[in-house]
Amino acid sequence: MAELVSHPDEVKVVSRRFGQGATDIDRYLALDGYKAVQKALAMEPDAIINEVKNSGLRGRGGAGFSTGMKWSFVPKQSAKPKYVLCNGDESEPGTCKDRLIFEHDPHSVIEGVMIAGLSIGAKSGYVYIRGEYRYLSNIMQKAIKDAYAKGFLGKNIFGSGRDFDVHWHGGAGAYEVGEESALMESLEGKRGVPRIKPPFPAVVGLWGGPTVINNAETLASVPHIILGGGEWFAKLGTPKNGGTRLFCLSGNIAKPGVYELPMGYNLKKMIYDVGGGIPNGRTLKAVVPGGSSCPCLTADEIDVAMDFDSVAKAGSMLGSGGVVVIDDAQCIVKFALRTMKFYQHESCGWCIPCREGTDWLKKTLIRFHAGGGLKKDIDNMQYLSENMLGRTFCPLGDAAAMPTIAFVKKFRKEFEDHLEGRPCPYEERGAVEQLPVMAH
Amino acid sequence: MTTLFSPALAARFDKLVTLYPVRRSALVPMLLYAQDEVGYLSDDVVAEIAERIGATELEVRNVISYYSMLTTKPRGKYNVQVCTNISCMVRGGEEILHHCAKKLGIGNKDTTPDGLFSLEEVECIGACSWAPAAQVNYDFHENLTTEKMDGILEGYKKKGTQ
Ligand SMILES: Cc1cc2nc3c(=O)[nH]c(=O)nc-3n(C[C@H](O)[C@H](O)[C@H](O)COP(=O)(O)O)c2cc1C
Ligand code: SF4
Ligand code: FES
Repeated sequence: MAELVSHPDEVKVVSRRFGQGATDIDRYLALDGYKAVQKALAMEPDAIINEVKNSGLRGRGGAGFSTGMKWSFVPKQSAKPKYVLCNGDESEPGTCKDRLIFEHDPHSVIEGVMIAGLSIGAKSGYVYIRGEYRYLSNIMQKAIKDAYAKGFLGKNIFGSGRDFDVHWHGGAGAYEVGEESALMESLEGKRGVPRIKPPFPAVVGLWGGPTVINNAETLASVPHIILGGGEWFAKLGTPKNGGTRLFCLSGNIAKPGVYELPMGYNLKKMIYDVGGGIPNGRTLKAVVPGGSSCPCLTADEIDVAMDFDSVAKAGSMLGSGGVVVIDDAQCIVKFALRTMKFYQHESCGWCIPCREGTDWLKKTLIRFHAGGGLKKDIDNMQYLSENMLGRTFCPLGDAAAMPTIAFVKKFRKEFEDHLEGRPCPYEERGAVEQLPVMAH
Repeated sequence: MTTLFSPALAARFDKLVTLYPVRRSALVPMLLYAQDEVGYLSDDVVAEIAERIGATELEVRNVISYYSMLTTKPRGKYNVQVCTNISCMVRGGEEILHHCAKKLGIGNKDTTPDGLFSLEEVECIGACSWAPAAQVNYDFHENLTTEKMDGILEGYKKKGTQ
């Protein structure tokens, strides 16, 4: 469905089977499918974890936590069953990569879940896919069925004497459900509100059992690591940032698309070489480097290596790999408003700083964009956002505050341009008439 | 028991609840499948699902109200969901939304009098690299222009009225 793109600088690991018909299980087998899990079946659990640790693989869901390390936190002994949970909720604005994995290589996710399960001593795993991705749920359900039919799942997998089950699970529209503990609540048939941590999922997760939760791309990377070796994978990227990553280029860019590039690839090159630069004779204004929750970088801040540590040093985050490019025809106040509207809509409402903060910021930004901004609003927005940081049960509060702080700090002049009755200078296309504000 | 579920839906439900240690876990996907079949989560559907899953109606309603795709009111046969989030916005997502509103003669979250279309402004649908994008029911439509959107709406209209 979604178009594939390519560029000579790509290093195809996770995407190597894209466009190859690998949803068909026999085709997947011909493309080295289910070899990694058979290799893992012959390995000690600790050896699997060490291989993943050595690969330098870090979570592709946003936080960039070491995957091997996360797996090692699961207690060896547990009275309750252990689980693996694949996070395919993919809802961070700017992110559209897990979709391609489910569409083109669903068995790699199943294999990743199985290998994770073998390493922690789990006997079953769930693949949670957001409700909007119905066609991908159908693909995944068929892949699981085919794997059972071949005896790769179920009792005595590959004649090993061991059992492993993988099941599909579907959401019904809620960004917050992507947060790991909220995902577990949702899978238990409840509202997707997060849990207080600790205890962390590795100790008390799904139905109270120790649970490893990883993003779909993280899990799809694992079979390649087991087959190619941790060292090989690590060398593809930069120190402490192993491998490649699916970068979703979107926004005002000539060749948007999902490209698999080595970790540490230069952002400027990504925008101008891979993405073909800014179209329509426009110039670059800002980039959101890792999905909507990441602070923007201005045009002169983009000479940065796209790995977790370098982007953090540059004052932002690598996040979920969603690179949103903003050209000089866009209004930053409006961009900040749309971002805040999203977080306000998706806040689960549990904590006051997040629930009230996002609402207040949204209302202020609406007023601002309509030309009713007051000078003190600018400082207030920054002050309020800074005071949301770290004061909430889950990181959604931070996700709303961080980009706002960057917009206000880096584009203060644009906010000032909207003060006291001045119409938005960017609405030259003719302001589109306002539909009612989104109901929530 | 009298049921609103088709045999296929009932079979899906019976299979789904076996995949978890707790029946209740099947609730969210089941609500969506039931909604797809019946059109919306009517009082009777809520009651039936509560009974089948072993929860109270209030518990089921609590869950329904949390998820944006679930609805207790009928929608049009074709629910046109236009993304206006950041990647789509900078490529004209709002223009697409307004164009649809004008074309269909309805506002956000409204349904046309003939029940054929409803319109909804939605958050990111995971089509950012192919923006602006929309979903009509579960079908993705990407790299949209207003002209392309016209053709898409025409197509559904034809399909829905023949
Ligand atoms: C509000 C919120 C939404 C999130 N949404 C997603 C998501 O859609 N997909 C995802 O993989 N991780 C998401 N995460 C991150 C998860 O909580 C979790 O860290 C991740 O799935 C762990 O997998 P990883 O270590 O492989 O990245 C979200 C986090 C927050 C706070
Ligand atoms: S930070 Fe926001 S989304 Fe997270 S628990 Fe608090 S209110 Fe809910
Ligand atoms: S922002 Fe519109 S699909 Fe992601």
